[in-house]
This record gives sequence, structure tokens and C-alpha cells, in this order.
Amino acid sequence: MDVLGHYNYWIVIFLMMAGLYTVISRGNLVKKIAGLNIFQTSVFIMFISFGYISGSAPPILEDGVTLYSNPLPHVLILTAIVVGVATTALGLALVVRIREAYGTIEEEEIHSQDRDF
Amino acid sequence: MEHFPALMIVLPLLAAPVAAALPNGRLPWLLTTAVSWGVLAMACFLLATVLGTGPISYEMGGWAPPWGIEFRIDTLNAFVLLIVAGIGAVVTPFAGPSARAEIPQRLQSLFYCLFLLTYTGLLGITATGDIFNMFVFLEISSLSSYALIALGRDRRALTAAYQYLIMGTIGATFFLIGVGLLYSVTGTLNIADLAERLPALEEARVVHTAFAFLVAGIALKLALFPLHLWLPNAYTYAPSAVSAFIAATATKVAVYVMIRVLFTVFGVEFSLGEMPLQPILVVLSVIGVVVTSLMAINQLDAKRLLAYSSVAQLGYMAIGIAFGTTLGLTAAITHVFNHALMKGALFLALGAVAYRIGSTRIHDMAGLAKVMPWTILAFAIGGLSLVGVPLTAGFISKWYLISAALEQGWWWLAVIMLITSLFAVMYVWKVIEVAWFRDLPESRADVREAPLSLLVPVWVLVAANVWFGIDTRFSAGVAARAAEALLGVAP
Repeated sequence: MDVLGHYNYWIVIFLMMAGLYTVISRGNLVKKIAGLNIFQTSVFIMFISFGYISGSAPPILEDGVTLYSNPLPHVLILTAIVVGVATTALGLALVVRIREAYGTIEEEEIHSQDRDF
Repeated sequence: MEHFPALMIVLPLLAAPVAAALPNGRLPWLLTTAVSWGVLAMACFLLATVLGTGPISYEMGGWAPPWGIEFRIDTLNAFVLLIVAGIGAVVTPFAGPSARAEIPQRLQSLFYCLFLLTYTGLLGITATGDIFNMFVFLEISSLSSYALIALGRDRRALTAAYQYLIMGTIGATFFLIGVGLLYSVTGTLNIADLAERLPALEEARVVHTAFAFLVAGIALKLALFPLHLWLPNAYTYAPSAVSAFIAATATKVAVYVMIRVLFTVFGVEFSLGEMPLQPILVVLSVIGVVVTSLMAINQLDAKRLLAYSSVAQLGYMAIGIAFGTTLGLTAAITHVFNHALMKGALFLALGAVAYRIGSTRIHDMAGLAKVMPWTILAFAIGGLSLVGVPLTAGFISKWYLISAALEQGWWWLAVIMLITSLFAVMYVWKVIEVAWFRDLPESRADVREAPLSLLVPVWVLVAANVWFGIDTRFSAGVAARAAEALLGVAP
């Protein structure tokens, strides 16, 4: 099996793990959102990779072309990107509100403030 | 008539921006109430049609499945649609006075906009027959419910919403990965089509991976122990009407998605036979039911207590699913219905308490039965239903679950269910004891009974708890038909 030939899937796995690790390990709320974004992006690349067939043409009818890429994953991912943007926007808006209410965006400090409360 | 499957999603979706554009005040609330009642009427009609003439397939925009998006209504999702629509129709009248008291005046119309979007999302997840469409509706309902939770008065509502956003997005993205992997091997997104093509591919490792991602993603949304950490804070700090609505519907819809994926998409032999999901679900759920019931006993806030009890109840549903038998699945689906009724009633009763005294801490509820007898009585009956006392809806669920356990010869599981029911007695009693038998502090002597506009929705659900505890022809009957259809034993 050609290991490096599937390099796009290695990128997907790397980004997925890096994103998920950032979400779990970081205490900074903005960095968590960034990690979540990287995690989601890896899935976008995965979907787009599924749609491509080696040596295929864009899905526009043309004479002499028989092998086309599948356009559907791209369309799905356009939807997923919109969802991702909305999630990020909402997440960051919540961080702004949290900062207004607590004066910090570090998870540890927020927890200790809530305990004192 | 034939457009009802689409119309019941489109109506709240279109009403949402209208509600946002209306001036703050009563108008957005009246619009939301009208929409939710309209949707309830359509859900009733759909269930009656499905029970009479079999599944309905609706082609979105006239594109034939499997290429176009299909809305497919069968017994199971017509039943879940009715639950979501019914709870929505009861909670929205309650939300009027409750939200006026808890949510800043300038955010009123946006509140109803978000409420309608959550409603749209939950109905959409249930009605659709396309698995990617399911993901999109899942995100519509989730994103709007994060924002709804953040509207809570306590600042901890913000951190709760943030935590829910992180966990929920990870869950939804896992679901999306699973969908992508399935698409890569089958080339279809239509659920009925997937179910047809997957048996030939069961050996493929991609399918196994897709299964793992889908189940893990849904389990996060479903708050299956130990992935429930987002739930208690979210339910506790959300505005009262939102807690009641989300507790009674959102996790139930996640249970529906789980059932749909396990039994319709993959099929019971693959999900519970070939994949080691049955032991995983049973072990996690049993630990979850015991641990979260014990945690519920230790809570100081009544809303938080109910939230932990919700996780325990979801464990019961997961156990029912894990049996993989008609009786087990009937138990799970019946419990989805009954639990929506009891948690709806309990959270609404607490909403009425919060409306009058501005707190749901158990300590603050001392002696409240003397001034708010109807509210506390409603809470008590809802609590009895949660425990599973005969003549309440909860008893029916427990009865089916224990019969399903005994049918498998798992008597130890029946014993655990009885023990955890005793835990439920303890945590419900904890609230009742304080509210009923403690002395009312002087400072609360002028508290009055909740207004009728709050009491009526609470008592509608309480009455439903008693009604469906006595007459199970509808609840358990429809659930049994849905279970038979899912397992392919129906005629």
C-alpha cells in the first residue's frame, strides 16, 4: 500500500488530533475555539478528499472526458463550513460575554471564581 | 395535507425571523404559541395518517429520493414528532409570563426567534430521511439552544453554554465524520438507501469506523454517561421555560437518532451482534444510572437535581435500546414519551417556583407548599411519576424495562432498576420534605400561588402523566408498533 500517496488523509488525521488535543488541553477559552475550528477543518478536507478521483476532471460536461470528480462532497462541505462559521462566531461571542462577566478567559480562574461565589 | 411533513418544519423556520423582527412585547410570544399549536395539529394528523395507512414519503422540491432530500415519516418519528410538538405547545404558553420575568425586555423577540429555531431543528432531525440533512438540523437546534441557555440570569449560564457548545460541536463533528465515511463507501445519504446498501459492506473496516464515530457522536448529544458533563450545568442555569423544553425534547430527539442509526441504518444484527455495542451500552448505562442517581441525591439546587436525574433516565433508555428486542425497544420508546411528560411537568413546576421566589435552591423552597400548594402538588405528582409509582406514566416505563430485562434473564438488571428507583424516591423526597414539612420563613409569608397562566401548562402535563399511567393503549401501543417496525417483525 502506498503510504505517502494518501498524504491528504495523513493531513486530516494530524489536524484532527491536533485540534481535538487543543480543545482538551488548553485552558484559554479562545484557544479552545481555535482548536475546535482546526478539528472541524480536518473533516472538511476529509470530505473533499473523498470526492476526488485521481486524474478526474471537474464535473462540467465536456467532449472527450469520461472521468469526473464527485461534486456532492463539496456541496455538503459548503454547508458544513457555514455551520462551522456559525459555531465559531457563537463561541467567540460567548467568550466575550464570559470575559465581561468574569474579567478573565482562563478556565481555571473562572472555576475558582465560581467556587468562591 | 400532503405537504404537512415539510410544512411543520417550514412554519417555525419562517416564523423565527418574523418573531425577531416584531417589537419586544407580547406579539412574538403570541406568534410562537400560534405556530407551536399549528405544528401540534399537523403532528397529530401525521401520526393518525401513519398509523392508518403506513409510512409517508415526502420529496423535498419534487426531487425523487435517493437523489433529492426525502422526508420520511413512519410510526417511530411520527410519535417523536408528536412528543416534540406536544411539549412545545405546552411550554410556549408557559414561556410568556416566565420569560417576561427572567429575560431582559430588549431580548424578548430574539428569545422567541431562538426558541422557534430550536423547535425547527428538533422537528427537522426527526422528520428527515436524509442523514446529512439530519446533521444540519442537529446543528440548527444545537446552535440556537446554546444561545438560549446563555440567556439565563446567572453568569454561570454563560460558561454552561460554552461547555455545551464545545461538547456539542465535537459530538456533531463526530457524527459528520461518520456520515462522510458512510458516503465514501455507499455513495448515498438517504437513510432507506443506506440501509439497503450497507449489509453487503458489513465486512469493510470503513463501515465499522463510521459506526464508531456515529455512535460516539450521538452519545455525546444524548448525554450518555460518562459523556453527560455538559448537561447538568446547561439545564440548571438556562431560563426556566428553556430548561423544561430542552430537558423534555432535545435529549429525546438524540435518543431517536440513536435508535434510527442503530436499527434502521445499520440493522440490529450488525449494531448489537457484530459490533460490541451491547455490553458497552449496558455497562455504561448501569454505572451511569447508579452514579448519577446518587449525585442527584447530593444536589442543593432542585433544577440541578432534576438534571442529574435526567442523565439517569437517559441511561434507562439506553438500556432499553441495548436489549435489541421488541420489548426492550418498546420500553425505550415508551420511556422517551413518558420521560418527556414527567420532566416537562417537573421543570415547569420549578419554573413556577422560580417565577414567585426567584430561586430553585432546595433550601429556599422551605414551607412553600403552604403558599403555593398547587405548584408543589404538581411537583409531587411529577416526582411520583419519576419514581415509577403505579398509576403514573413512570410506572409503565419501569414495568416494560423490567419485563424486558427479565425476558433476557438479566434479573440482576431488574434489581438494579429497583434500587435506583429507591434512589429516585430519596431525591424526590428531599425536595418534597423541605417544601411540604419545613416551616415557611417569615420573609416568604407574602408569596402567592403561581398565576393560572403558569399553573395550567404544568397541570396539563401532570394530568398527562396520570392519564398515560392508566391508559397505555396510546403510548405503549404506538411504541410497540414502532419497535416492531424497526426490528422487522411487523406484518
